[in-house]
Formats: sequence, structure tokens, C-alpha cells
Amino acid sequence: MRERSWAGYLRKDGRKGIRNHLLVVYTVECASFVAQEIARGEENVHVIGFPGCYDNDYAIRLMLVLATHPNIGGVLCVGLGCEYTQPRVIAEAVRESGRPAEWFFIQERGGTRNSIELGKGHLRTLRTQADDDAVRVPMGWADLTIGAECGGSDGTSGLAGNPVVGRAYDHLVDLGGTAIFEEVVEMIGLRDLMIGRAASSEAAVQLGAAYDKAVSYCKAVQQFSIAPGNFAGGLTTIEEKSMGAFAKSGSRAIEGVLRVSEAPPRAGLWLLDSVPDSHFMQFGYTNPNDTEGIMDLVATGAQIILFITGRGSVIGSAVAPLIKVTGNSRTYKNMTEDMDFNAGRILSGEISLEEASVELMDLIADVAGGQTSKPEGLGHREFFLMYKHQDAPSLSAGCRQ
Amino acid sequence: MCAEITCSAFQVHTSDNVATLLGEAGGGALVSVVGPAAGSVVEAREKIQMGHKIALAEIAEGAAVQKFGVAIGVATSRIAPGDWVHLHNCRSQLDEGSSALDLHTGVRKGAQHA
Repeated sequence: MRERSWAGYLRKDGRKGIRNHLLVVYTVECASFVAQEIARGEENVHVIGFPGCYDNDYAIRLMLVLATHPNIGGVLCVGLGCEYTQPRVIAEAVRESGRPAEWFFIQERGGTRNSIELGKGHLRTLRTQADDDAVRVPMGWADLTIGAECGGSDGTSGLAGNPVVGRAYDHLVDLGGTAIFEEVVEMIGLRDLMIGRAASSEAAVQLGAAYDKAVSYCKAVQQFSIAPGNFAGGLTTIEEKSMGAFAKSGSRAIEGVLRVSEAPPRAGLWLLDSVPDSHFMQFGYTNPNDTEGIMDLVATGAQIILFITGRGSVIGSAVAPLIKVTGNSRTYKNMTEDMDFNAGRILSGEISLEEASVELMDLIADVAGGQTSKPEGLGHREFFLMYKHQDAPSLSAGCRQ
Repeated sequence: MCAEITCSAFQVHTSDNVATLLGEAGGGALVSVVGPAAGSVVEAREKIQMGHKIALAEIAEGAAVQKFGVAIGVATSRIAPGDWVHLHNCRSQLDEGSSALDLHTGVRKGAQHA
């Protein structure tokens, strides 16, 4: 694996971004149309927000960490004026992080058209400030945090798509970088295997607890992550399906378990627990779609997301570019404009797993250096956030040293 | 359906005793094994669909069915090289329900809504 270096953006907290995007944040669904219209046609402006009028700690934490994400250079917060979530508070947190931020309430600005015009004016100012403030510095593998998730999986995902990401994760960890994987509910049956990969006794306790909670969750909502179509497609047991998903974690030691919106305290391989905690409304639902899972990964500070698909997928991501990997050569051909990497060549024998992983790492470095990924180039910047109950990450958690 | 010599199955790990068919194999088809431990050929003893597993070695009743280098289940009867390995001869070590599923559709036998 060769050393790679590219120019990044140094933030005041010491983290480095690979993009200098602006973010428009709406604080209730009622403000979302205005927020989307403000961003329409604007280069490098992404939109995130929370639909609920009543706020939610999990959602607020997630929006705050996205608004101060290494890839973000400035933020505009747009509220309606009567919701619980306060755009002023978000803007202040962004300013404290050393980034320019503005905010306003639509009710105080005379309605839709005036608010859009005002917002576009703010974006012009924010863009100038973000460009002026940009500190370009060299970046390398050790500065990268990458997240991985799979969706639209098929029989190739466990054989090629997830293993090539796992091998790339091994390289990234060996080079001093940070790799994050999630979807504990798709690791059912692998408790001993997961704990066997723990980097420390504390990590072992965390992995066991995350696993046990996922099993309780699956039992409570009466849904294990295996369906008739999986069996008909050739998967025989939950262990077999889980192993296919777990393959994207590679083979290195797992440092510990992160909770949503928690940044890894040090480099290495980490498991992200995005399963809700049990509380007075029971568990509620875990991530209802791929996009919320991606947002949870971005909220760890990941600058790039790897998305592994078999059947195909046409989503991208706000804040962090998505690189799409498929293990299915037919899907790659059918959806070439959406697919960044064809791991199906491993199955046809054209290329070894190791060769493919080196090629994938090179693509990651290219995208980190500014090359647009396929979803990014198509203008994809999906965002999804819903109510979820998860206790705040504890500063005394065993993964912090 | 694969022609006899072009059919292949992917073995993930060198210790695996099953491989995944990359195309449909007819009974008697010669299946070449690709992947980390490539090179061997196994004769399919029955028709096996794409994405399903073919046994690469004999697996005794009660022995582990090995894929990804780990036990993904336990053989419920003796499995011969070339056999189709699925719900009829392999069960989960955790999920007792998997042995009560229809072999071809994966739908629970006797399910009210099926």
C-alpha cells in the first residue's frame, strides 16, 4: 500500500476535512421547504434538518456534530419560529467551533420569498468567509475516518463487496487511520467471534453489551434480520448471513463501541452502535432506511462513506461523499453511472481480493483529494433523521483513555 | 444453466467445506472452485441454483458446515462432496426456526399468511 497525500481543510479542533461544504439546517419540517429552496442551485451547499416540532436529544446531538463536521466550512440555520429546537443555539455552537454561522426565523422575516432571498444572501457571505478561513494542509491515511454500510445486498455482498471493504479497512488501520462499521443487528450469532476480536477487556465488555442489546431489540420487535428471500437466494442460517455482513469489518482488533454522534477517541477499528436504547417507550425503531445509517456513520466524523450493494442503490449522502462498491458485475454494468467500484471482478477471477482492496484504497485517496465520487457527481446529498432514544455517550465509557 | 466446464463456485476461506455457486449447476456438472484455494473441481450431484452452496468435502452428521472460515451451521445428515447444502441438511446453531422453513421458498411451513 503506497503512501498518499492530498490537500485537506484544517479545522480549529485539529480535525481535517476533505471538502469545504456549506450546510443549511432546518429545525422543524415547517422550515424545510424554505431551507431546500435556499440551497437549490447553490454549489457545495447541503441541507440537513429535523422534522419534529418537539425536540429529541439524539437528533439534536446528531445535527450539532454534523454542523461542526470536518467537511463543513459554514452553516445557516433556518427555523420557523415556534418549534422547540432553537436555530440560534445551533449557530452559536458552530461559531464556537471556529466556523461562520447565521440563523433566522421565517416568521420574523415575512414569509417564503423573503426568507429564501435572505438565506441566499447569507450563503454568499458564508461562502466568502469559509473560503477566506480555509487553511489547506497536507492529509494522509492517518487523518482519514471512513464509515461502511451495506444495503440492497445480494449473494455477492458477503463474497466480494463486503470482503474488499474489510481488506481495505485492514490497510487503513495498519496505516494509522480510523475505520467504523455498524449494523449490530446483522451480527446475530457472532457474539463469540466479535468478542474474540476485542482489542482490550474493556472493548470485550462493550462488544458483548452491544450484541446483547441487539438480540433483545430483535426479540422485542420480533424481527431478526433474515427473510424468505435470503433463504431462497441460498443463505441457510442467520450465522451465514451475519458473517457476510461482518466481513466488512476486516480482520483487525476492534477498539471499542461508539454510540451515535460520538467521535472515536483514537485511531483504529470501531463498531458503531446505532440500535436504540430501551426506555419508557420501549425500543422504538432502529434505523428505518440506509440513509439514517449513513448519517450515523457521518456523525462519527467520518469524511468518506463506503456503501456496499449487490442489487444496486441510487443514494448518496449529505456532508460526506459516498463511494459505492458492488460485488455484482451485472449491477455494475447496469448502473455504471452510480457505481464507483466493481468488486465482482474478484468472483470472476480477474483480480484478487488483495489487488481489489489496493485499488479501492487508491480510489478513496482520489476522492479524498477532491475527485467527485459517482453519487456526489450526480448531485446526491440525501439526509434522513427521525426520533430515536439513545442515551448520551458517557465520557467515562471504557473506550476513553 | 452453466455448461459443464464453465460452472464455478466461490470458496471464501481455505478452511471452508462449502462454496457458493456463481451460476446454476445441473446434476453431473463439473464445478470449478475459484477463490483463495482455487484449483479443484467438484461434480454436482444434483441441480444447484446460483447463490446456493455445494459441498466440497464430506461432512459428517453433526459436523460443522464451514464458510467464511467459521461454522455457519451443523450438518443434520451426512453430506457428500457435490451435494447441495441448504435447509434440508444444515441447521443454525442458534435459530431453531430455520429447519422448519420450506426448502425452496424459505417461507415458514404452515404459515397462516403464506
